[in-house]
Amino acid sequence: MFSVRIHGRGGQGTVTAAELLSVAAFREGRHAQAFPTFGSERTGAPVVAFCRLGNAPIRLREPITRPDALIVQDPTLLHQVNLFAGLGADGYVLLNTSRDIAELGLEDLAASLRPERLACVPATELAREHLGRPLPNAALLGGFAALTGEVTIDSVVAVVRERFRGPAGERNAAAAYATHDHVLERMESRSDA
Amino acid sequence: MAVQELKFYQTGTFVVGNRLLDPDQRSVQARTGRSNSLTSGHRACQGCGEALGARYVLDAAMRATDGKLVAVNSTGCLEVFSTPYPESSWQLPWLHSLFGNGPAVAAGVAAALRARGRDDIRVVGQAGDGGTVDIGFGCLSGMFERNDDVLFVCYDNQGYMNTGVQRSGATPPAARTANTKALGPEPGNVFGQGKYVPGIAMAHEIPYVATGTVADLRDLEAKVERAMDFRGARYLHVFVPCPLGWAAPAAITIELARLAKESGIFPVLEAERGEVTAVSKIRRQVPVEDYLRPQGRYAHLFGDPGRPDIVERLQALADRNIARYGLTEADEVP
Amino acid sequence: MLEQIEGSQAVARAVARCRPEVIAAYPISPQTHIVEGLSDLVRTGELAGCEYLMVESEFGALSACIGASGAGARTYTATSSQGLLFMAEALFNASGLGLPIVMTVANRAIGAPINIWNDHSDAMSMRDSGWIQLYAESNQEAVDLHLQAFRLAEQLSVPVMVCMDGFVLTHAFEPVDVPEAKDVERFLPAFEPRQILDPAEPVTIGAMVGPEAFTEVKYLMHAKQVQALDAIPAIAAAFEEQLGRRAGGLVRPYRVDGADTVVVGLGSMLGTLEEVADQLQADGEQVGVLGIKCFRPWPREEVRAALAGARRVVVVEKAFAVGAGGIVGQNTRLALQGLPIEVYDVVAGLGGRPVTVASVRELLGRVLAGEIDPMRMHFLDLDTALVERELDRSGATDRPGPHAENMLRDLGTVASNPA
Repeated sequence: MFSVRIHGRGGQGTVTAAELLSVAAFREGRHAQAFPTFGSERTGAPVVAFCRLGNAPIRLREPITRPDALIVQDPTLLHQVNLFAGLGADGYVLLNTSRDIAELGLEDLAASLRPERLACVPATELAREHLGRPLPNAALLGGFAALTGEVTIDSVVAVVRERFRGPAGERNAAAAYATHDHVLERMESRSDA
Repeated sequence: MAVQELKFYQTGTFVVGNRLLDPDQRSVQARTGRSNSLTSGHRACQGCGEALGARYVLDAAMRATDGKLVAVNSTGCLEVFSTPYPESSWQLPWLHSLFGNGPAVAAGVAAALRARGRDDIRVVGQAGDGGTVDIGFGCLSGMFERNDDVLFVCYDNQGYMNTGVQRSGATPPAARTANTKALGPEPGNVFGQGKYVPGIAMAHEIPYVATGTVADLRDLEAKVERAMDFRGARYLHVFVPCPLGWAAPAAITIELARLAKESGIFPVLEAERGEVTAVSKIRRQVPVEDYLRPQGRYAHLFGDPGRPDIVERLQALADRNIARYGLTEADEVP
Repeated sequence: MLEQIEGSQAVARAVARCRPEVIAAYPISPQTHIVEGLSDLVRTGELAGCEYLMVESEFGALSACIGASGAGARTYTATSSQGLLFMAEALFNASGLGLPIVMTVANRAIGAPINIWNDHSDAMSMRDSGWIQLYAESNQEAVDLHLQAFRLAEQLSVPVMVCMDGFVLTHAFEPVDVPEAKDVERFLPAFEPRQILDPAEPVTIGAMVGPEAFTEVKYLMHAKQVQALDAIPAIAAAFEEQLGRRAGGLVRPYRVDGADTVVVGLGSMLGTLEEVADQLQADGEQVGVLGIKCFRPWPREEVRAALAGARRVVVVEKAFAVGAGGIVGQNTRLALQGLPIEVYDVVAGLGGRPVTVASVRELLGRVLAGEIDPMRMHFLDLDTALVERELDRSGATDRPGPHAENMLRDLGTVASNPA
């Protein structure tokens, strides 16, 4: 089973991101479960959402304490919340940021992970570019697909289009593609280096 | 042959002489085919104004709806005295649930009838003042606000009578009840409290609001009939003396109701969507004292030395009602 | 059709396919998505012939259902926690009147202190209300139980509550197959009311009953619930036959055969308990799980039969009887009377604290090692140090302040300083 933990703030679509990821996996014939940390609705408060992906029915319902992958939607959470708790050496980390690891002060984290499993991507900027709004959730799923291969970009885009009808769906899909490609390029250039 | 039009004032309701009227001019109560929705054998006190009021209202409603009526009843005197297991005095479909939920239950019945394509069947909800003004108030306001197709009737005897005559939000100032006794510097119920639910109903701007008494049978019947012309939330507030709770002789229930109206203590009116459309004028105004004296619950206001100051304040309340609703303004020569 | 959807939405669709005629519901976290979903379905016409009442309170909601059911309509409502308590009077009224209302309870803790997260204290507080209580393990089962609930309620003229863990199930996205309308129609025929307010045949419903007959009326209520012990498995069997999957029933044993230790639980924690059982079995421990699907009526015989072979029974429950002990634990001990079985009462998951595989494993390890006293109620994951600090604090001053706020401050959840 593959466990994903997504960190964001209320209003950024963190919960939706987890849901969409679960639907994308479902589309591929896998079992998936998504749920948020629950609370009263409050914009701006830290939010965590979880997604489990597996090939058998998922029986657990507890929060994910040992994630296989982390998606950090909001970089202002870094150093405020212990985002990386429980992450193992083989974990994946996808950070939404236009800065690099050194600027973020995350060298120690980077050293503890496999380099091809850590990616920074300016998803908010890409979302602004394609969507006109700084909503990076769908975009980041594209990045996730590239980084982990747990779902395909095609599945991500299909569910994004289904969830956000019409032009919004297209734009979110474009942002997802862009983020996917960005991550893929970085991974290729790293492996080339 | 010369014809002289006569008006009978003996009882003020034109009840006398029913047998001289054409059948279709008679009150519902005077008709042989009346539904007798609340039939005899119930356990109400002698002289119970509520039993009278309920029969008047429901028979009129049954006539207006051609017998297609369901009644919902909150807990209270009416419900208790009419359904002593294993018997029931009700001759129409009748549901009692709880004390505080009459209006909500009635709303549910109306919704069900509508969902099942039977909104030709109408719904009357009924409760005493406790179930309407106090514990049922939230549900009542909800029913008004949703404009549910229910006629809700409050039989107001101004206290929790079934449980031993305690004060309610409808108990008038200075009245003695079991928990507002004639003790201390302010004997009886305090001034400055209480709710006027007909006014609150009007504030909800529901299609129809009316007040009536058991002394004005025709007026009451006409109002029920009129209420049934409307769809949506309607409210009828009926003044019903309680001989036991008011410590008044059983024989003067109707007289007390008439005095309440004629003194201005209880305005009789109609309103639609928040605007008063008609008032029943005071025919011959009487001082409030005439209304208060026969009732033991006001005994502490009289005697030696009595409380003439309180009587004065009650008169002032009556005068305010008269002024507010134009109860003595003559608009035609009677 | 199998879809990846939110539990609440699945339940809303399932309820809609049961064709209720009147829905009256008041929103409360975490049930809100269910009633919002149903409102949408009524508006779009997908749920036709249904009146949706926007009531002013939970008390109003169930009261409206009582009226609607009395008038012969299939009716539904949903609530949680404080809302369930607010309609408490009406709960007893509905069961006393024998009205087949179905209600979803999205289980949530009861305050004070106010807490919107999952536990079973709400439904447990109403276990004597005369309502049948069914507990769903997953969103699939929640959907399936609603279909069964309507059929059960209408067959027996008893109201039924379907319990599903608030947030944990209601807000989880997972694969659910909501039965098609035609399949629901086949499984759940039109409602034939036992009593109905009908001008053509007037009846009086809700009369007062005095000492001369009240006992007999209540006896019949009890007898009817006991009848449910037969009806529930029969309906579950019919469901399996028609819809092709198992759901509901009275109890669900998991690897109980040959188990000398069985863990008993209700609701969504069963998935976790089964995972723990599998892990322990892989380590050679004979541990099984008994899921209680129907808590009221209490399936005493079935529980006894399922647990008879065990030496230890560990009851894990998300509520307890304050000042007295376990609730499910008490009922379980009753079922096991006379058998040489050690029963342990464990309270877990209160106020939304997750019941984790790690904690349950550790607990069972200690049970198996004889470190847990079966005569005392045990609180899983209790922060003993926190409690002890608070008790010290309370003992040290005349006006120590409220426990809740003090402990939150201690935990750093609340930043303010005491004066």
